[in-house]
Amino acid sequence: MIRVWLLRLYRDFKGDILALPGRTLACLAVLALFIAPLFIRDTYILRIITLTAVYAVFAASWDLLSGYVGQLNLGHALFFGVAAYTSAMLNLHLGLPPVLTIPLGALAAVMAGLVVGIPCLRLKGQYLSLATLAFPIILKGLVYLFKEYTGGELGISGISRLAGSRLVECYIALALGAVLCFLIWKITDSNLGLIFHAIREDEITARASGINTTAYKLLAFCLSGLFAGIAGGFFAHYMRLAGPFTLDVLLSFQAIIWTIFGGITTIYGSVAGVIILFPLMEILRAFPEIRMLLFAAVIVIVLRFMPEGVVPWFLDRVEKECPRCKERNAFTRTRCRVCRVSLSEREVRARTTTRA
Amino acid sequence: MLANILVTTLVNGAAYAMLAVGFSLIFGVGRIINLAHTAYYMLAGYSIFTLVRVAGLAYVPAMALSILLVTVVAVLCYKLLIDPMREHETTVLIITIALALVFQELMLKYFGGHFRSVPGVAEGSLSILGVQVTRQQAITCAVLAVILAAVWLLLHRTRFGLAVRATAQDMEAANLMGMDVSRIATLTAAVSAALSAAAGALVAPLNILEPHMWLNPLTIILAIIVLGGMGSIKGSIYGAAIIALSESLVIFLIPQGSFLKGAFSLLIMIIVLLIRPEGLFGVALEGER
Repeated sequence: MIRVWLLRLYRDFKGDILALPGRTLACLAVLALFIAPLFIRDTYILRIITLTAVYAVFAASWDLLSGYVGQLNLGHALFFGVAAYTSAMLNLHLGLPPVLTIPLGALAAVMAGLVVGIPCLRLKGQYLSLATLAFPIILKGLVYLFKEYTGGELGISGISRLAGSRLVECYIALALGAVLCFLIWKITDSNLGLIFHAIREDEITARASGINTTAYKLLAFCLSGLFAGIAGGFFAHYMRLAGPFTLDVLLSFQAIIWTIFGGITTIYGSVAGVIILFPLMEILRAFPEIRMLLFAAVIVIVLRFMPEGVVPWFLDRVEKECPRCKERNAFTRTRCRVCRVSLSEREVRARTTTRA
Repeated sequence: MLANILVTTLVNGAAYAMLAVGFSLIFGVGRIINLAHTAYYMLAGYSIFTLVRVAGLAYVPAMALSILLVTVVAVLCYKLLIDPMREHETTVLIITIALALVFQELMLKYFGGHFRSVPGVAEGSLSILGVQVTRQQAITCAVLAVILAAVWLLLHRTRFGLAVRATAQDMEAANLMGMDVSRIATLTAAVSAALSAAAGALVAPLNILEPHMWLNPLTIILAIIVLGGMGSIKGSIYGAAIIALSESLVIFLIPQGSFLKGAFSLLIMIIVLLIRPEGLFGVALEGER
């Protein structure tokens, strides 16, 4: 019984993951991320890995809303910040443990999603993006104004830690990041994801097909807020600080940069973008004076030549799509692994022209 | 009090209007949200600082030279980085943010993060209708008004302006009528950058210079653009007036108001959008799919 089950697992693994270089690489990267902390005693590197996991969720949640549903949100930090502040205040004033404050913070972010979503969904396209940009800035103004509750520029500090050691915290972050990103990916892969695609591609047609686009867009706002909120609450407890930084315009832009760099509307692209760019930013600390400059230059140059993002560009190089069954194949193959049709472009073209 | 509010509104409003008009122009013609727009404003400020303080030029030639310089830089950026990416709307967004960051970091590297100041054209103050106004403010305001009028004439009284407005209305149709849309877009990018640089050059003596000075005006002009209706020049000017007035009201009437000035103008923007989703003077872009 167990043998049959294992055999099936092995077969699926070989057929669906090892057959494609992109998936193999992704598996290896995740595996490496999970194994690496065991051998690292340096808390600084552990911290980078933890934050990478947190930001991966944050970027993926932006991709869910902006990439899939096409509601370009320029104020995504709102969700992050609302959750961070809520978690911090609940923890500090009511003494609730992180297990409770993080979900409650995420719930607050969902509320924020509703507060932003309901008025903003009257707007279309670029108007919506620019209106969403406004909300975190307004909230930041309020944070500075009500200094006694929010700590003003210094933020709320002295929040309880997630776990005893940095290593455990790192593993919680990794597990949470993996599960949440997988969940987001599954959502976009489901029927719901299909509806999101339809709304982005052509909202009028989607509505004509009987899809209540407003309700689905609102749902997307809430889902995106939920995931970004979990990331925000986790961040607050990990850093033990919820400061105005969590509402910064640059944090919103950061999510956009990661996602577009990795490849928008893919989820895995946004995760890859964080995994590449966030550690890169830390490595660039070696050149503190020109760090931001190098970072921005890398982004400009990379996007100039790979406008679709790094991951789709890379996948196009190592994988080909079968012209008949649209199944993806490794670049080494000459025949499709599913339908055995020839993958060489010239042969395909020759066949179609003779038929014509 | 009232006088202060009026003067602040006029000076800020004129500067915002210039920035917003430039932003609107390139958005209308190229459908490009250029987030590096206010970075040109910062660059112009620093360029004047260098030319006046280091090279020892007089203020007016330094101003002309830096506007020219910034425009050239902006056109190069447009041609090399933004124009080839135009089909990928979000990529343009990121590239322009990254460009702004590049400029910010370059300035940080060469000038440091200290607050700098630029000497003005004129010292002292004069009183207009019993209101104390520094000469610098008066000159800035007058020149800004002249430039805005010139832009209006350029758009409404020349063939180039006609082409710009036609392209903004319907790019494909303009192309079919035989206009070189790509050249018009490049020229518009130049005009837009020049406007931003001119605003920077004129406001520089009134403000402090620092490498992060592009971010605040950026959010404000985004609010103005949305408030006035995207791509509408008239809307940008009215929007600038509304936002500048509300900002100075908040600063002067509410204690600790300067924390809230950004928040308040954005709140106004959201309220206007809720009542009129396409902005005050915007046309609903329903036909564009």
